[in-house]
Amino acid sequence: MSRAAPRTDRRAAARPPRALVPLAALTVGFLVLPLVALLQRAPWSDLTELVRRPIVTDALRLSLVSAAVATGLSLLGGVPLAWVLARSRLPGLSVLRALATLPVVLPPVVGGAALLFAFGRRGLVGEPLEDATGFVLPFSIWGVIAANTFVALPFLVLTVESGLRAVDTRYEEAAATLGAGRWTVLRRVTLPQAAPSIVAGAVLCFARALGEFGATVTFAGNLQGRTQTMPLAVFVALESDRDAAVALSLVLVAVSLAVLVPLRDRWLRA
Amino acid sequence: MTLRPARPLLAACALPLVLAACGGSTGDAAPSGDGAPERTVTVFAAASLTDAFADVAAAFEDEHPGVTVELSFAGSSALREQVLDGAPADVVATADEAVMADLVDEGAVGEPVAFATNRLQLAVPAGNPAGVGGLDDLGRGDLVIGLCAAGVPCGDLARRVLDGAGVEPAPDTEEPNVRALLAKVEAGELDAGLVYATDVRAAGDAVEAVDVPVGEEGTTRYPIAAVADAPHPRAADAFVAFVTTPAARDVLADHGFGPP
Repeated sequence: MSRAAPRTDRRAAARPPRALVPLAALTVGFLVLPLVALLQRAPWSDLTELVRRPIVTDALRLSLVSAAVATGLSLLGGVPLAWVLARSRLPGLSVLRALATLPVVLPPVVGGAALLFAFGRRGLVGEPLEDATGFVLPFSIWGVIAANTFVALPFLVLTVESGLRAVDTRYEEAAATLGAGRWTVLRRVTLPQAAPSIVAGAVLCFARALGEFGATVTFAGNLQGRTQTMPLAVFVALESDRDAAVALSLVLVAVSLAVLVPLRDRWLRA
Repeated sequence: MTLRPARPLLAACALPLVLAACGGSTGDAAPSGDGAPERTVTVFAAASLTDAFADVAAAFEDEHPGVTVELSFAGSSALREQVLDGAPADVVATADEAVMADLVDEGAVGEPVAFATNRLQLAVPAGNPAGVGGLDDLGRGDLVIGLCAAGVPCGDLARRVLDGAGVEPAPDTEEPNVRALLAKVEAGELDAGLVYATDVRAAGDAVEAVDVPVGEEGTTRYPIAAVADAPHPRAADAFVAFVTTPAARDVLADHGFGPP
């Protein structure tokens, strides 16, 4: 009995006050209604024909590839940055964190314009780069990847940073006292403990990259098969072929949900 | 008059504007059906009209004291979708007669009037760094070339001109609207792009035009019409009438538009 009592208490504490339920239901309605409207507009009878069109398949392939590469680059650069933010005692760390978060709040089109000023053909870095190598970042898949990475990277950095903060440093200290070097501690103790947040961060980053529009169209342009990702294809199709636009949107929603639904579990377990 | 379900909401949105403009002379502001004077006229216009319509609107406001012109710019096909979706527009002016014809067919607008013409020009960054000489160069793979996307008037127009000239274009980007295309030429990211003559003029010194023969295929007529269930029908008619007056035509000519 003395064991059972606290368990019931805990269950009671986990139950939210009833008043929250209608508000939560309203929120769900607000989020779901536009999706329902999208489904209601869907050209169901032509859907299979529509999603097989080159404009859809090209855009889907380009979106998946560029989002995957952007996620890879974000992991490569973002995990170290998250580690610095979580662990170092550098002065101005809060400024650094604000800078790393900026692309989340900045209108993506501003990010795209800034990327042009930096890496465009007349940009700070872009002009000498083109003169030296002939390589042009805009109007290529690399431009799309750059735009995706710029906008999606913070999602990974912030998630991994909070994951690293939650890691119990006593394990790392113990490993160090037992003679493990810094790399060994990082590889065998820190990263495994932070793994759920790294996975969650990578998934969020990938999902954000999939939906990227403003920075991409501003920096990389729009050409089917080369730089036209799903969101760009939706935007262009809305102007000329609404059925195709809705079909594209449905594919984008389906892919995004497929990426995000498994995340929920991992996130909770983390 | 039948109201769409969204209309009361839209009217409520416009109310603060109406109140803000209240308390002056009645001027030419015509009373609408419910007796309230019309203080605003919302004009949806093609992106290529951005600068010209700012001046036309100012001239209209001078002639109609107490009336404020609200301008909203987008690509013509986007405008069509917005109007068909019941956006609170009084007047719509497109860069394409086909888009306007769609709106007429749907019964979304009244009788359109042509009020200006525009023609395509080959725009290059100042100094023409790539040495672009004519339409043929738009087929060169070594240049970075931009067009408007197909389905957008400037994109359809450009393809007709290139077809007529027997040029197979090799675009590196198909921009969703003409201003986005111009911005990339202006920034020097693109070696050349087919935009409207008025856009080249608006860009000033940052952009030069290479004269190319575009003929009738490269010329577009701009129609304007009052929206069928305009929130401010009288002000809408007044604006449409004003745009074809010599005063408005002078303003349009200053921005590079030809007579209709």
